[in-house]
Amino acid sequence: MYEGPVQDLIDELGRLPGVGPKSAQRIAFHLLAAEPADIGRLQDALQKVKEGVVFCDVCGNVSAETTCRICRDTRRDVTLICVVEEPKDVLAVERTREFKGRYHVLGGALDPLSGVGPDQLRIRQLLQRIGNQVDGKDVAEIIIATDPNTEGEATATYLVRMLRDFPGLTVTRLASGLPMGGDLEFADELTLGRAMSGRRVV
Amino acid sequence: MANLYRDTGIVLRVQKLGEADRIITLLTQKHGKVRAVAKGVRRTSSRFGARLEPFGHVDVQFYPGRSLDVVTQVETLDAFHVSLVGDYSRYTAACAVLETADRLTAEEGEPALRLYLLVTGALRALAAGERDGSLVLDAFLMRAMSIAGWAPAVEECARCGEPGPHRAFNVQAGGVVCANCRPAGSATPSAETLRLLVALLHGEWDVVDALPTGARRDASGLVAAHLQWHMERQLRSLPLVERTARPVDG
Ligand SMILES: [Zn+2]
Ligand SMILES: [Zn+2]
Repeated sequence: MYEGPVQDLIDELGRLPGVGPKSAQRIAFHLLAAEPADIGRLQDALQKVKEGVVFCDVCGNVSAETTCRICRDTRRDVTLICVVEEPKDVLAVERTREFKGRYHVLGGALDPLSGVGPDQLRIRQLLQRIGNQVDGKDVAEIIIATDPNTEGEATATYLVRMLRDFPGLTVTRLASGLPMGGDLEFADELTLGRAMSGRRVV
Repeated sequence: MANLYRDTGIVLRVQKLGEADRIITLLTQKHGKVRAVAKGVRRTSSRFGARLEPFGHVDVQFYPGRSLDVVTQVETLDAFHVSLVGDYSRYTAACAVLETADRLTAEEGEPALRLYLLVTGALRALAAGERDGSLVLDAFLMRAMSIAGWAPAVEECARCGEPGPHRAFNVQAGGVVCANCRPAGSATPSAETLRLLVALLHGEWDVVDALPTGARRDASGLVAAHLQWHMERQLRSLPLVERTARPVDG
């Protein structure tokens, strides 16, 4: 145990995901030795993350404005929606450069063991989006890109059941090649890109 | 490597650890509940891959670690998750099976063979999809509570032991109660509902199938109320179980 502010900092850092007690100590002492300007920038970034970030009112992605950059981009295909669990998955799919449509971020996967059911995710908002035209165009295809693990697959099953009765809507799932058990964020661009171009109708 | 040990188990729970590792909670045949670290499982290239997902029935080799044991090898015995995730109702019922098993085994390393066999049987039935998932879950819960020593009384009066059948059910009293013992505010389920509870507890599936389906919803309600009454904290998954079996699914 260290005294006062140093221990407080170690305790706070230790609460972060993936930071064990040893890493927390290492980060704390790194910060203690850092230039005041570096600390200032970090302080700034931390402050702004709560004040300056909002969630896009269309897709639910993290955004700097009410509507995110992707949803504002008129060159993107409004008839295609790629459904993902988390904002970090939007980044993973964007990196492949295979997808020119828009996104819908659910905010997680259906996981009853953690108390997450359909009402805890942005599923109702997805149904509303499908029901409404954008620029006079209907949504034509929903690509389900939930994680290739148990919760992600169960979420895909639930969505398929909800969506299959929409007339004229095609529902697709990323092609296999993504092994079960992984997180989308860890898939390399090539595999994920191939999964996107080889998606299958479900 | 003399300390390596091996067992078969059901994956009850997985939690993220650091960048790409997971802590896996298993209900094993010989060692009861075991928590162990699986390294690198979240990378899509992991050799453990889908084997260490919830509902997986696996043959595992562990290396004892300082705080948590480490998974060194995994073979799949039954990939129950592969079929369960294809049907949302059965997936939610299977989640309630896992959470109940987790909560009924407070102590790690304490043998729980009967519960292990019960969980494996319930997951096998849910994955096969031949019976109403909600009934499989209720039968599992009745027998799991029986192993824990607090199954609801369904034949004799919970208070005085008077042989039944009785008409009233009272969760606080411990199940069915006779006309003399019956506290105010007891429920009066139908005779079919009470018969269904008896059949579920004893695994009399021919009786279950012959009873009117209308009794199922009430029986589920009584089972859930009794379970929650005995649990310190509410089960998260139980209210999220999709009870209405849909005609077409998957
Ligand atoms: Zn957006
Ligand atoms: Zn009595």
